[in-house]
Amino acid sequence: MTNLEYIVEVRKVKKSFKDVKAVNGVDLQIRPGEFLALLGPNGAGKTTLVEMIEGIQHPDEGEILIDGKKWKSHQQELHHMIGLSLQETRFMDKLTAYETLRLFASFYKLDSSRVNEVFKLIGLGEKKKAFVNNLSGGQRQRLALGVALLNKPKILLLDEPTTGLDPNARREIWNILLDLKKEHNTSLILTSHYMEEAEYLCDRIVIMDQGNILAEGTLEEILTITGGHRSLDDLFISLTGRHLYD
Amino acid sequence: MIKITNHQLFRLTAAHFAEIIREPSVIFWGVVFPILMAWGLGIAFTQKAGIQAKIAIFKDVYHQNTSENTKAINFLTANSVKKDSTYSVLLKNDKLGDVKLNFIETSASNAYTLLKKGSVSLIIEDKKDGVNYHFDPASTEAKAAYNLATNLFLKGPLFYSSNESEIIPLTLQGTRYVDFLIPGLLAMGIMMACCWGISYTIIDRRSKKLLRRMVATPMKKSNLLFALITARFTMNLVEALLLFVFAWIYFGVKIQGNWLALIVLFIAGNIAFSGISILLSSRTSNTEVGNGIINAVVTPMMVVSGVFFSYHNFPDWTVNLIKYLPLTMIADGFRTIFNEGAGFMDVWQAALVLTLVGTVSFLIGLKIFKWY
Repeated sequence: MTNLEYIVEVRKVKKSFKDVKAVNGVDLQIRPGEFLALLGPNGAGKTTLVEMIEGIQHPDEGEILIDGKKWKSHQQELHHMIGLSLQETRFMDKLTAYETLRLFASFYKLDSSRVNEVFKLIGLGEKKKAFVNNLSGGQRQRLALGVALLNKPKILLLDEPTTGLDPNARREIWNILLDLKKEHNTSLILTSHYMEEAEYLCDRIVIMDQGNILAEGTLEEILTITGGHRSLDDLFISLTGRHLYD
Repeated sequence: MIKITNHQLFRLTAAHFAEIIREPSVIFWGVVFPILMAWGLGIAFTQKAGIQAKIAIFKDVYHQNTSENTKAINFLTANSVKKDSTYSVLLKNDKLGDVKLNFIETSASNAYTLLKKGSVSLIIEDKKDGVNYHFDPASTEAKAAYNLATNLFLKGPLFYSSNESEIIPLTLQGTRYVDFLIPGLLAMGIMMACCWGISYTIIDRRSKKLLRRMVATPMKKSNLLFALITARFTMNLVEALLLFVFAWIYFGVKIQGNWLALIVLFIAGNIAFSGISILLSSRTSNTEVGNGIINAVVTPMMVVSGVFFSYHNFPDWTVNLIKYLPLTMIADGFRTIFNEGAGFMDVWQAALVLTLVGTVSFLIGLKIFKWY
């Protein structure tokens, strides 16, 4: 059992797509049990950074260590350690919510008892038999979160988990995540367009734009260091000249 | 030891199979449509005992507005039954089957309208002392009607049964159009089901980022493809069995050759098109591009591979290419087993080539496969 200070370490990571520098030399560390928000507008590089941490993309330069291990040499082990929810993933329409979780549970060699536990956790028990295409947007996001939680991950990576949801559905997701924080020592990396999501859920906030980290720290630290802005939105406009949701 | 129902291969196969059978349109296009097509084409092109030929007849310009009868109409008045403006002549022949010739008396302009609509294939311009025949010489139906009409006017209605003793109808099984059609439809079913069922499903899942989500787990990638192919193969087997049972009960289509050879060729055909489907879907995540790629492969084969009509109608130099297309090899192999009594030794080479095509395509597809 490793006892590292950081569960995730991103060191001088760069990633380009053709001429676009998506991530431009980023350093980032996350402690066990820490909730971290990656904020930034579309094209800031959040998703690319998260996908590199997830092992889906590979950095052009720099390295990423998860629990002290690299993706290249510990792929299977790291898959078991990470839970994730991608932006806008659509599961199979004609499978029920239960069948979807059973399917993903089988990838982790888990049986129906863990699936039932997860249904309780995400509060979707009454929709077990509903086909995925009959679930609302919020219910689908909770299902995606359920899939991410199946393997009791040490690190949870959620890419815009509440985008497009109404305030109630968003709050339901937040409550599930806060329960996780209370009951398990799960680390969370969350990308979002929403200021209030970061403020409500996360211990630390990282603001990105054009592949670079512009500011990093707790909400109070960021607001103070960057000149006493009243809100993250004000800060973001002063840093980038744009609204966060642009 | 992991329970089989918790095994990822079982779960993946079950999930793919559930997706197939829960989609009503898949059941329609995979099961009902081929049976309807077999039924429709089988009925339309299978020779039946009694057939009808419709012929338009009009009086020439010198007689069109007179009550004076012209040559053919004189003949028909004496030798046919008239109802409204149609003269019907029944030509009887026990061996050939009876033919009813219906001569529709109408104006010249309407006669051509009827021809354009396909209601008649032959027009007779009736004159005082003879007739002219207007028809497309390239149409076998029109030529047959012309031969029947000229013989009728020349020799009378009995000409049709006069040489009956010379005719020995074929009683061999497997010589009807429907016997040709059913093996072709079975072969086409494999191609369509694999190319749309496997390729399109993969492209669609890639576009919805589901592939990306799945490979971000400890799932074994080969299990996903193997499960997709297994579910599709199982469904193909069900579809083929239903089509065959329909053809057997309704048209009396029989397998004269070896069942084992048929099963081997069926499996080889599925391997070929499963491999091709993986290759076709290996890169794109755009379903419209995917549509184009799949159509570019299946449509030419559907047209030239002799599913509906013999590819020997194409120029000789193309026939040598066409007969090595995967769909042609399956259709030809099925036909030799169904209609010519072929056994394993007659189809093993085709089965081997199809298996190789499938395996090579699969390996290339897997090599260049884009999971996200």
